Amino acid sequence: MTTASPPPAVPGISPLPAARVRKRSWSGWLFIGPFMAVFAIVFIAPIAYSIWLSFFRNQLVGGNSFVGLANYAQALQDSQFWSSLFRVTLFLAVQVPVMLLIALLAALALDSGRLYGKSFFRISIFLPYAVPAVVASLMWGFMYGTRFGLVGNINDALGINLPNPLSPDLILASIGNIVTWEFIGYNMLIFYSALSVIPKSIYEAAEIDGASQLRLVTAIKVPAIRGALVVATIFSVIGSFQLFNEPSILQSLAPNSISTYFTPNLYAYSLSFSGQQYNYSATVAIIMGVITMVIAYAVQLRGMRKES
Amino acid sequence: MKNTISLAVLRGSAIALTAALALTACGGGAGDNAGAANEEVSAEDVQAALEEGGDITIWSWEPTLDEVVESFEAEHPNVNVNLVNAGTGNDHYVALQNAVAAGSGVPDVVQLEYFSLPQFALAESVRDLSAYGAGDLQDTYNPGPWNSVQANGGIYGLPMDSGPMALYYNKEIFDKYGVEVPATWDEYVEAARALHEADPSVYIANDTGDAGLATSLIWQAGGQPYKVDGTDVTVNFTDEGSTKFAETWQQLLDEDLLAPITSWGDEWYQGLGNGTIATLATGAWMPATFSSGVAATAGKWRVAPLPQWQEGEPTSAENGGSALSITSASEKGALAYAFLEYANVGDGVQIRVDNGAFPATAATLESEDFLSDEFEYFGGQKANEVFAESAKSVPEGWSYLPFQAYANGIYNDTAGQAYVSDTTLKDGLEGWQEASIKYGSEQGFTVSK
Repeated sequence: MTTASPPPAVPGISPLPAARVRKRSWSGWLFIGPFMAVFAIVFIAPIAYSIWLSFFRNQLVGGNSFVGLANYAQALQDSQFWSSLFRVTLFLAVQVPVMLLIALLAALALDSGRLYGKSFFRISIFLPYAVPAVVASLMWGFMYGTRFGLVGNINDALGINLPNPLSPDLILASIGNIVTWEFIGYNMLIFYSALSVIPKSIYEAAEIDGASQLRLVTAIKVPAIRGALVVATIFSVIGSFQLFNEPSILQSLAPNSISTYFTPNLYAYSLSFSGQQYNYSATVAIIMGVITMVIAYAVQLRGMRKES
Repeated sequence: MKNTISLAVLRGSAIALTAALALTACGGGAGDNAGAANEEVSAEDVQAALEEGGDITIWSWEPTLDEVVESFEAEHPNVNVNLVNAGTGNDHYVALQNAVAAGSGVPDVVQLEYFSLPQFALAESVRDLSAYGAGDLQDTYNPGPWNSVQANGGIYGLPMDSGPMALYYNKEIFDKYGVEVPATWDEYVEAARALHEADPSVYIANDTGDAGLATSLIWQAGGQPYKVDGTDVTVNFTDEGSTKFAETWQQLLDEDLLAPITSWGDEWYQGLGNGTIATLATGAWMPATFSSGVAATAGKWRVAPLPQWQEGEPTSAENGGSALSITSASEKGALAYAFLEYANVGDGVQIRVDNGAFPATAATLESEDFLSDEFEYFGGQKANEVFAESAKSVPEGWSYLPFQAYANGIYNDTAGQAYVSDTTLKDGLEGWQEASIKYGSEQGFTVSK
């Protein structure tokens, strides 16, 4: 929303005639023109093209034809699509709270000022975020190996038999572990920076009132950073629905545990690059985009309502 | 005023555009007419194209083509060959599909593995080489690879190499535990039990569900799960050959006799090197990978004929192998065909064999030099004798799906479940059949069981 405000009257120069003012309103477009052009090309066009694609079906036999909403009807009845959506929802429900809680604890610990070697902890918790997701997945994939990996070594050394982290039952938890490891530092940094702008005078006032450290956390710190918590939650919701890198990399290590429709993104990817079903893939992508938007918006609404 | 100017500009550009279009049309007309589909191209045309010269682009990941290109260019100084590695396997096909769909940047010559050739032939992305007289080459090639380049009644490529299967085994392990090298698949299961019992860290093979291996072994067992007639496709994994494979493999799965290691990964190379994986049933192109990827075990491995489903007449199958094809979009059809002939029929064959490739041409396979080659890696064994014998005993009548690349991609979603759950391989294969039928129908094929 941009509102055009009249130009401030400059002393010594008479106000412009009405006709020329109207002309100037076009020059505004001239300024935002370059932005609008880039915005249209890189943001609007791909989405519009995907929507356009989703109304067609291109077959190996029979070629390209307009099918209207048939792709959407198919997607809504597609058990593979729903199973992938269920999987990321489960992931979201378990992994995100765990990750955010740990990140919050780490941020509170750093902020408490009682930690020895604060900057060392800060940098080492943040470090995994600097490791590219692909590298992290490969690294964890090697560690998860029961034959030559870390899990295998522990089994050999202690003579025990740990369950295989790459088996179909545990793979989602194993991926959750990787993602948690990757993003705790990032979320911690968001929380920590929100905590550090709380005025110190509030703490002093609380201390004078005799508030304990725990009370300080529950009554001042957490409520004060609710905005940051909401933002981090929204990012995590979006991140969960877009889960792709980790399962895609681990697929080569555990092909029978991670199906081609393990997550919605992975499903869209295999539809288009292995099955050449570009149209259906675009449909799945659009439906996922809408679902993600709805849920992220719901989280935001709920977060804001509490705040007021 | 402003409007007038823009109109004039518009009119100007319209004229320019029309002119450009006309020019393009002329360019197309003046181009290589040999490119037109189904038009006869004689040997003279090909020879003329060679003399005239020009540039051709090849997309292939076959390493032995480098030297072939060099010597081809040396022989024909007017020709400039641009050899591009656009990726291996699926990456290559994705790039090719994208180029074909976009209609620009399509190479003149492409490498196509036999299983993916029908897909591109059906889409008419590559040319029927009958027009170039490729039909005369039938006796030049072994039947296996020659069958593999036939699709829709045309010849859609010239075979570059082939992959008659053999059983590679770690002789040291077999000797150590006094186990006989299996000659049948039943003996193979026995050997698997004996080896694993002798040393629980030893497995007869690795497998986590490999569509290529499964289809090849079904092929060897006489199964014909795929029947293709134009766009009429049959998928049926309940025939005798498929059942034989599923039942035998099920024993290996039930008793955990297969190492859960995926081929081509780090663990796989380690396993081949440290004795964890005792055998490997795969194509004749494997020696190059052995000597480069598992150099440490040089001298320990040997090659034996593929175990049999029935005693008696030896039967084998193909695994892998690829052809070179000419794209429909190429404007240098005649020149491209000249290269195909050079690389896959002419002098190029020997150059590639010298560099470790396994040829598809019958004469090379029968030549004394080739057969008597002693492989240092296999302790001086004349391994080519085993491969050549295998190449002769591949059952005819096998065909892959016109969407095999996709079908292979979903093997682990369905049949692969037998490796990690209570699902049987038989049920898994039926699941694969259903999924393949579903995809085929969505793509407009008439698919039945």
